[in-house]
Amino acid sequence: MTELTRLTAAQTAATIASGDASAVEVTQAHLDRIGAVDTSLHAFLHVDTDGALAAAAAVDAQRAAGATLGPLAGVPLALKDVLAMQGVPTTCGSKILEGWRPPYDATVVRKLREAGVVIVGKTNMDEFAMGSSTENSAFGPTHNPWDLDRIPGGSSGGSSAAVAGYEAPLAVGTDTGGSIRQPAAVTGIVGVKPTYGGVSRYGLIAFSSSLDQAGPFARNVYDAALLHAAIAGHDPLDSTSIDAPVPDVVAAALHGDVRGLRVGVVRELNGEGYDTGVRQRFAEAVTLLGELGAEVGEVSCPHFDYAMPAYYLIAPSECSSNLARFDAMRFGLRVGDDGNRSAEEVMALTRAAGFGAEVKRRIMIGTYALSSGYYDAYYGSAQKVRTLISRDFAAAFERFDVLVSPTTPTTAFRIGERSEHPLKMYLADLDTIPSNLAGNASMSLPCGLSPEDGLPVGFQIMAPAMADDRLYRVGAALEAALNDRWGGPLIDRAPAL
Amino acid sequence: MPSITPAEVAHLARLSRLALSEAELEAMAGQLDVIINSVARVSEVAGTDVPPTSHSVPLTNVFRTDVVLPSLSPEAALSGAPAAEGQRFRVPRILDEE
Repeated sequence: MTELTRLTAAQTAATIASGDASAVEVTQAHLDRIGAVDTSLHAFLHVDTDGALAAAAAVDAQRAAGATLGPLAGVPLALKDVLAMQGVPTTCGSKILEGWRPPYDATVVRKLREAGVVIVGKTNMDEFAMGSSTENSAFGPTHNPWDLDRIPGGSSGGSSAAVAGYEAPLAVGTDTGGSIRQPAAVTGIVGVKPTYGGVSRYGLIAFSSSLDQAGPFARNVYDAALLHAAIAGHDPLDSTSIDAPVPDVVAAALHGDVRGLRVGVVRELNGEGYDTGVRQRFAEAVTLLGELGAEVGEVSCPHFDYAMPAYYLIAPSECSSNLARFDAMRFGLRVGDDGNRSAEEVMALTRAAGFGAEVKRRIMIGTYALSSGYYDAYYGSAQKVRTLISRDFAAAFERFDVLVSPTTPTTAFRIGERSEHPLKMYLADLDTIPSNLAGNASMSLPCGLSPEDGLPVGFQIMAPAMADDRLYRVGAALEAALNDRWGGPLIDRAPAL
Repeated sequence: MPSITPAEVAHLARLSRLALSEAELEAMAGQLDVIINSVARVSEVAGTDVPPTSHSVPLTNVFRTDVVLPSLSPEAALSGAPAAEGQRFRVPRILDEE
């Protein structure tokens, strides 16, 4: 029954609802696939075999009892290891949390459980979501299913590799500066950063609280919409959660249409530093949108050039504060507690032993940027840039319904290629960061393989806050036209593992 | 912008509660310098007339009614503790010897 792993999420749910396969069979097929390919991919840090089979059996029991199943009941999902799941190891890719089993569920996890989604395991990530390649995981890198020598993106690289490698039709990731969209782009799948506040952050272990947002990965736009709808919505446990109805992303994904829609190509997110192959596939997709009836124009967002430096001040500043909670006192690792050392000494020894190099770098940068004497020049200025970027977006959205750009300047780079060069690594998030700073909704979907290296290229669509449905309307239309051109989904061309 | 001295890096490490080795401090000094210098250009456009944005959602003071809700049991709260005693977290000494 290996074909069960090739189905879309929607097809999987329909197969289970009709009784053509049980949820347990579907889950077992995916666990078998994980067993067969994850030694190559290393997408998972923990596979929850027993929990997944029990959740699947519960769905089968509900069906047997005559209950109407939800649109994702019995569908396997890979969960980024940054989300707390009760009783299941949750590490954030860090030694400092190795062995920790949360005593509670994140709201996203609770909603997935209530929807009957089967969480098969926890996926690898850059430590505390800091990175663009998943090489910063304390537990070793994840490999891109398209080319095992290359990175699957990051920080949600385990989630992208799991979906692109058919280990699960769906995954949840988190996106602070591009950590859903960039991995989706370089693995040829769909990834969405919902509007900030659209999905609860309760139980999402914080990196940069004003930027972090959980969202869906899938192999097609409609599946992503189903997952988006399942996890979104107001949550009183997250005080930054937006108390408004979730835009109807599922209906939008069903009715892809760009006729008369105004599409703005962002001038600053293209040009020098971008792969020729990326630019070519992006330009072709823009032309296609025009052929489908969109009114395409160019728009300038001059302050986007300052988004990356602002991000690399704001995110480390918030991280230096958030990660203070890893103090060796209440959970996680404790090092050097010999009965003589003070709490402060034990904290410093534990954090030095438990955090990796990139996390330490960012904590130090954040501490520096927030220091008295430097605060105005660094953190204060970065917050002003954030205002300017939001204004650029607001002006652009007066003229255009959505904005578009490549998702990332290059295709997947080789493992090890940038790991010694933090600034080069940061360039991977050049196109995705503005949406995090402004809090608006953004999607990446595949727009072809680069003629240079045969690797997937991502197409980014940006919509105003709480207009997430526009992403799906445009994404579904573009996806359908591209699939027609290709004779089927791009992901079908990924090499067999 | 001034470059970051090794002494400054050691001070930052202490503030950050990171017991870094000499080698780590030295490597970090060079890296921090490069990174800080590359991000310093945010001040080019941050005029005094631009208000700062700390958050993209304009929400302040989210309140809820003051009602008792279920919460973690002491056992669950202590389940991940490196050391516990009774219903308390056991921690290294916090104060210096009297």
